[in-house]
Amino acid sequence: MPHRTFAAFIFPSILAMLLFITLPIFSVMVQSMFIEHPAVLTTVENCGPFGGCTTETKVDTVAMAKLKAEAPMGQFAGLANYLNHNHLAIDDLREIFGTKSGFAEKVSSLMNLPFYRALAFTLTYCFVVTPLAMALGFCIALAVNTLPRLMKGPAIFVSILPMIITPLVGSLILSWMFNPEGIFGATLQWLANDPKLSLRASPVLTWIVILTYGVWTNGPFSFVVFYAGLQTVPMDTLESARIDGATRWQATRFVIIPHLMPLATFVALVQLMDNFRVFEPIVGFSAQANATSLSWMVYNDLVSQDAQQFGSAAATSVMTIIGVLILLTPVLIRTWRDFNRKVA
Amino acid sequence: MRRQPAGLRTLTTAFLTIWLIAAVFPFAWTVWGSFKVEADFFSRQTWWYAIEGLRTTQETGGPFTLGGYEGAWIKNEFWKPVINTLIVTLSVTGISLMVGTLGGYALARSGHRYAFWVLIAALVFRAMPHITLVSGYLLPFFQLNIWGFLPTTIIVLVAINQPFTLWMLHSFFLSIPKDLDESALVDGCTRFQAFRMVIIPVMWPGVITTGLFSFLLGYNDFAVTSMLLRQENQTMIPKIASFLGSIQNEGNVMFAVAAVVSATVPLFILVLFFQRQIVSGLTAGAVKG
Amino acid sequence: MNMKLTKAVAAGAVSFAALIAGGGAALADCGIQGAGSVRILSNDFEALRVVNAAAAECANDKVKVTSNATAEHKNIQGPALTANPAEYTVAMVANNSIVPLLNDGLIRPLDDLVAKYGADLQPNQLIKIDGKVMAIAFMGNGQHLFYRKDILAKAGLDVPKSYEDVLADAKIIKDKGLMEYPLAASDKPGWDLAAEFVNMYLGTGAEFFAPGSAELAIDNDNGRKVLETMRAMTKFMNPDYLTYDANELSKIWDAGNVALMNQWGSLAGAAIDPVKANKDVAANTGFAAAPTISGGSIPAAALWWDGFSIAKNISDDDAAASFQAMVHAISPATVAAHSEVATWLVKGYVPGPAAIGVMGNATGGAKPYPMQPYMGLLHTALSSGLADFIAGKEDADQALKDVKASYDASAKEGGFLK
Repeated sequence: MPHRTFAAFIFPSILAMLLFITLPIFSVMVQSMFIEHPAVLTTVENCGPFGGCTTETKVDTVAMAKLKAEAPMGQFAGLANYLNHNHLAIDDLREIFGTKSGFAEKVSSLMNLPFYRALAFTLTYCFVVTPLAMALGFCIALAVNTLPRLMKGPAIFVSILPMIITPLVGSLILSWMFNPEGIFGATLQWLANDPKLSLRASPVLTWIVILTYGVWTNGPFSFVVFYAGLQTVPMDTLESARIDGATRWQATRFVIIPHLMPLATFVALVQLMDNFRVFEPIVGFSAQANATSLSWMVYNDLVSQDAQQFGSAAATSVMTIIGVLILLTPVLIRTWRDFNRKVA
Repeated sequence: MRRQPAGLRTLTTAFLTIWLIAAVFPFAWTVWGSFKVEADFFSRQTWWYAIEGLRTTQETGGPFTLGGYEGAWIKNEFWKPVINTLIVTLSVTGISLMVGTLGGYALARSGHRYAFWVLIAALVFRAMPHITLVSGYLLPFFQLNIWGFLPTTIIVLVAINQPFTLWMLHSFFLSIPKDLDESALVDGCTRFQAFRMVIIPVMWPGVITTGLFSFLLGYNDFAVTSMLLRQENQTMIPKIASFLGSIQNEGNVMFAVAAVVSATVPLFILVLFFQRQIVSGLTAGAVKG
Repeated sequence: MNMKLTKAVAAGAVSFAALIAGGGAALADCGIQGAGSVRILSNDFEALRVVNAAAAECANDKVKVTSNATAEHKNIQGPALTANPAEYTVAMVANNSIVPLLNDGLIRPLDDLVAKYGADLQPNQLIKIDGKVMAIAFMGNGQHLFYRKDILAKAGLDVPKSYEDVLADAKIIKDKGLMEYPLAASDKPGWDLAAEFVNMYLGTGAEFFAPGSAELAIDNDNGRKVLETMRAMTKFMNPDYLTYDANELSKIWDAGNVALMNQWGSLAGAAIDPVKANKDVAANTGFAAAPTISGGSIPAAALWWDGFSIAKNISDDDAAASFQAMVHAISPATVAAHSEVATWLVKGYVPGPAAIGVMGNATGGAKPYPMQPYMGLLHTALSSGLADFIAGKEDADQALKDVKASYDASAKEGGFLK
């Protein structure tokens, strides 16, 4: 396709992405390198509605406006936002690996740092949920495929329900069901014969609940894609495999799975990326004490608190992008090879 | 297909039954609970209240109540966000597909290296947490005086949606033989004519599948719509979130539950309607991608 | 099934009638002098919706009134008021959300407007900063003690006055087998957990920061005492306490699972609501000022106010119209008609039973939530820095160290520390 035609076709798409994604990403990257101007503080008297005045500190807005007019971005700080205690915590790392003795102690000090704690959960979620959800989706797809024609429709429909419900409310309701007084929580207590068992109290159980939720809610996406893929498995190949005496398992292993491999790459790509940005289940299950993620850190900097910290959120966002890129490298290399094959 | 041996069939049936129950149960529970009061459905005494409706009976005189629906639809005029959501999602889906099919087609047919890099860039764009993007939009939007309006939000959602749309449609187009449009070009069509007359007609399943995912994205979006729309243009999900209350103030969770159940109905219809196309559509595209 | 369709239809008819009545009232307007546009940005809850609706009564041919009630108001207000002209003329704020507006100089002093149109305002409604009125408060709030009269009576106890009493009482209640987990607190890591610490630390009377600077000063005996108390209380709490926020507290209170807790005054009304609340619990629910701590004399809880401020980047006409509309919206007449939805700070308000706690805090001399420019950063640092401590995974010294490290990093980023 000539350059001109290509440009004409892709122009609207590129324009939209340039304006609303590239530009903001660029500005976020720049922002992450800056910190605010040194605050000019004055001490003043505050009087509130409950009687009494106190002396408090406030920002001298006139002086600040002048500083801002001269340099609107603030002070250039290089990578300071990336390296400080709330992010990569270089100084703390140096201390931990320089002085702490035992391995266990090192790990626990590392997990005490907000960024690494979030990263640990994010990666665990990513690497546990993605393969399990794909496996679940694949099994559902195989199972649904064996159903009689009439039952397929309703089964497909029910199977994609977990993907459809708004996570905002979905995880709220599930979280309540896992409460000790909720239907799952109480049943588990009864099954385990332990009236004090609580899925929300211990870190391990909290992680298991969130990971289970992740598999449950991500499984349907894989299912839809794999089920579609199953419809295209060439019947003659299957048939000849059977004639050659292949067992059902061998047919699945050597005919169906290879056929679905390109699909699996696509699913893995999308799911790894989405799972790396895990956020809703943490809030929905009120699990902040035991599980945080990079996206949650961004949310905490920007939305849930009184003071918005743009530089810090920008740094975390950029690191999220870098993290996703690292995760996807194998898939990207594969795509590159495929592309070159197409060109050649 | 051969008939399954009995052992395997039992296993398959058991697995499928367990999965279907796991998939449908929370939703069925929510539908049932939406006719209860909060003290029953979210009881901290025992979940049995949600079945019996003890507190519902105490408060309203019967074991079932329409209180949640009444609160959401009548008192809080939930139909307004519903209309806004319809406008937003339909426009987002429509525009995404129009822009995305053009772009996806170009990416699939171009043999130049830069096409690959556009795809990779789109992937990187998709990695950005939405909330960071949105907080960057606020000030420029206020300055340009375009904050709060539906068209602004629609365009933002289309843009955020583009990477996924491009990737998906690109793989669909790859699955359509090149000969098809090339023969059209030989017959004297322009590229665009070939695209419109020859390719799009065989692309319907792919377009519909991609459209469905765009639709779901617009429909379930919270980060963008909650920050970029003013009250009269609010869509469903931020409205539902506002029913949940904030730290210092009581919400009305049952309004939210009733609203969620109502919000799912159009999705049901949509999925039932397009069930076939979703499946056949994905088949055509992603397999060869 | 007894679906309440008839009630639904009736409610529809009522709201339709209200619509007509509302339309009539809008024509009557409220005597605003001059012309202008009133555009209100507020949080989205009942009391503020009442105020917004009352402000809308001021619309006439020359004055246009619109409002946007949204839970995202805190995140929108900064950019919205930075634009010139500002998107909104009125920003409804509280102790914490006014700070970013003050820091960036986005709201205007109201002294001249108060002198001209503020005859109905009481002196204690005026939020003065550096001698200038920057906001008008109209509602108070705060966390205070909820107690179960029946449980305390069975245990032979008085209403606790201090956290030391609370701990002693909890032990007695538990030992007598009256309740397994008598205490609860909003200890969910995040905004809630930090608020618990701020409340108690205010009760000690100590300062959060070194005077006149942004240097953190909570690493002292008071800070450690507060943390010890918070940890000691968790021994009497349900093991799920790490997931409890204010909304969750309301539910477990209603279920009758708790005997003593500190909870928001704005949620007190629901706890004794004759229709919605659990009757056995509601009848035995009492409210009092927050307990004192560590021998202090004031309730260990922050006082909160909700009020309005006027944007700087708007015309003086709009500012005057907005101010008048808001003064009308929080007039004694509005408050008298809706006295039960909030603890009003307005002239003529008679506190109802649900307002006892907040009033108790105020008369007991509780301190307002601090308005230092960097308080929000400390709140954020506390919200995650105390998580491991309250979970019992680290000691108080390590927790204070974590908070300081996290706060220092963000204060440097914010330009408050070098």
